[in-house]
Amino acid sequence: MKTIYVDNNATTKVDPLVVEAMQPFFTELYGNPSSMHSFGGQVGGAIEKAREKVAALINASAGEIVFTSCGTESDSTAIRAAIAANPEKRHIVTTRVEHPAIKNLYEQLGSQGYRTTFVPVNSAGELDLDYLYDNLTDGTAVVSIMWANNETGVIFPVAEIAAEMRKRGIVFHTDGVQAAGKVPIDVQATGIDMLSLSGHKVHAPKGVGALYIRKGTRFSPFLVGGHQEGGRRGGTENVASIVGMGKAAELAGSHLKNGRMEKVAQLRDRLEKGLLENVPRALVNGTVESRLPNTTSISFEYVEGEAILLMMDQLGICASSGSACTSGSLEPSHVLRAMGVPFTAAHGSIRFSLSTYNTEEEIAYIVENMPPVIARLRTMSPFWNEQAGSAAGR
Amino acid sequence: MWDYTEKVKEHFLNPRNVGFIEDADGVGEVGSMACGDALKLSFKLDENEKISDAKFQTFGCASAIASSSALTEIIKGLSLDEAMQVTNDDIAQYLGGLPKQKMHCSVLGRDALEKAIAYYRGEPDKKIEGEIVCECFGITNLDIRRAVTENGLTSIEDVTDYVKAGGGCGNCHDKIGAIIAEVNGTAIENKPKPKALTNIQKIRLVEETLEREIKPVLKKDGGDIELVDFDGNRVLVKLHGRCSTCAASQVTLKDYVQAKIQELVAPELEVEEVS
Repeated sequence: MKTIYVDNNATTKVDPLVVEAMQPFFTELYGNPSSMHSFGGQVGGAIEKAREKVAALINASAGEIVFTSCGTESDSTAIRAAIAANPEKRHIVTTRVEHPAIKNLYEQLGSQGYRTTFVPVNSAGELDLDYLYDNLTDGTAVVSIMWANNETGVIFPVAEIAAEMRKRGIVFHTDGVQAAGKVPIDVQATGIDMLSLSGHKVHAPKGVGALYIRKGTRFSPFLVGGHQEGGRRGGTENVASIVGMGKAAELAGSHLKNGRMEKVAQLRDRLEKGLLENVPRALVNGTVESRLPNTTSISFEYVEGEAILLMMDQLGICASSGSACTSGSLEPSHVLRAMGVPFTAAHGSIRFSLSTYNTEEEIAYIVENMPPVIARLRTMSPFWNEQAGSAAGR
Repeated sequence: MWDYTEKVKEHFLNPRNVGFIEDADGVGEVGSMACGDALKLSFKLDENEKISDAKFQTFGCASAIASSSALTEIIKGLSLDEAMQVTNDDIAQYLGGLPKQKMHCSVLGRDALEKAIAYYRGEPDKKIEGEIVCECFGITNLDIRRAVTENGLTSIEDVTDYVKAGGGCGNCHDKIGAIIAEVNGTAIENKPKPKALTNIQKIRLVEETLEREIKPVLKKDGGDIELVDFDGNRVLVKLHGRCSTCAASQVTLKDYVQAKIQELVAPELEVEEVS
């Protein structure tokens, strides 16, 4: 059976060109970039090339990029650097819909004495900007707002927020892990101080990330050790993966320019439309006005997400769900809950996230095969029977 | 991804007895959409007050659907007293086990069955008894105590896996801890005893033994055997074909059938013939 992979916000396929670029660094080019000999030195050169490519994707300069092991490390590094630079400020701000890499870090800092503010969103998943601005004080050390949400794809107005934070002299970090490569990012045009990136969301391998740190931002390393990364991150570099991330950033940049992402958006729209037309009581979570081109979160009312995913799995379709059962926790997605999505819908939410690898045939296959899965599960649901009359009467 | 047994997957993909019996004798509804799983069980009794048909409707994950399917298969043919003895562990074992975090799906099945039987017997709703400990999922101290006692639970995490209590805000963790300590403090000396087979397990094993071991041997001689009833430790059977007229049938019954069943199921079982 063919695998149809529409779970690209979870992770992506490593591009063959990326694999090719990495290959020599597993075999002949194994030197340590910190070594004095030219054998190691050439490896250091490859890292610097990769740094330039990653910088180019977000219009930064190479010196502003620090390679890390993942998006989570980038997030932790940024927030801890910001609070270390402002030890007298004990208030930190983020949103209620962040990735666990920020959400749980803030909760931990909260338990260690920091005052935390989690900015709410409306039912469309849009940030309450008034709430954000009203809650800032002189004691606010850092504000961290994700560029785009991983579950719904909703994009926040980070450029606008960054400009406001700059005016107020508050450090501003954004988790750009889901946005990078999917929408244009220009850090020079905005007042962003720090921005997190992850390799494996943009067709590089798992185990590599990057943090953009605007020149002049006060910084202290999270991993303390050798002088690698200009003293900003200790530890011998994950050379092959860094080279891979450089190549992936280059490819992502060209996809943004040559219209490949628009193609992805068209496929996403076709999928969304096809499912909404063929499945009654299905609705999109989050605004469609300002959204990543590859993501749609659809709730199928009165059925449960894990059951949907396992039936999709039988068809070779890979996606995700915000249902409680898929996580092992008993609560549905904190993102959908923050949006006030009713339980009837939150438990039955499925996230489809596409990539440039998806084809029209794959989308047609999903649109054809998903509706019977939902219909079958609904025949088993005690709630569907009761609702069928009213649903059919509409 | 959950590590489901093949049997769980099979019952999820091909659930038995989906639906609702319109003229049901017993109906039990438990859970809610907010909780993430809900089950509506209905059954019909025959003239001997045995469950002749059972159907379910379930909103929930794969293991909730598989547990419901298993439940309906288990209770068919049982008297209400026998059905009352079905435990959540029987359901889990029927499926070859459930991931620990999914044990609450089997508890859901047991609860629905109890409710359906209470409905038939006209007993008042039991749920109101006790005081709510877990506000998030509406779980009482009695629910928690029962889960801890029946399943030998020792941690708050266990309790969350079995009845969901403590899986939300976490404010009730202290209270759950106190219940665990209280139950285990008094029950510890009974615990090391090897777990006796429940009636359901015995019936299942007897049936299996008859099918796999005994019937083929009797059939070779032109006979057959059928399990008629199960009363305490008495296995009541009926002999057919040549066995029913054979003078040596009592010898066959005691020396062969009973010996096999005692060996493969439980030593305390007695096999008797009914006419």
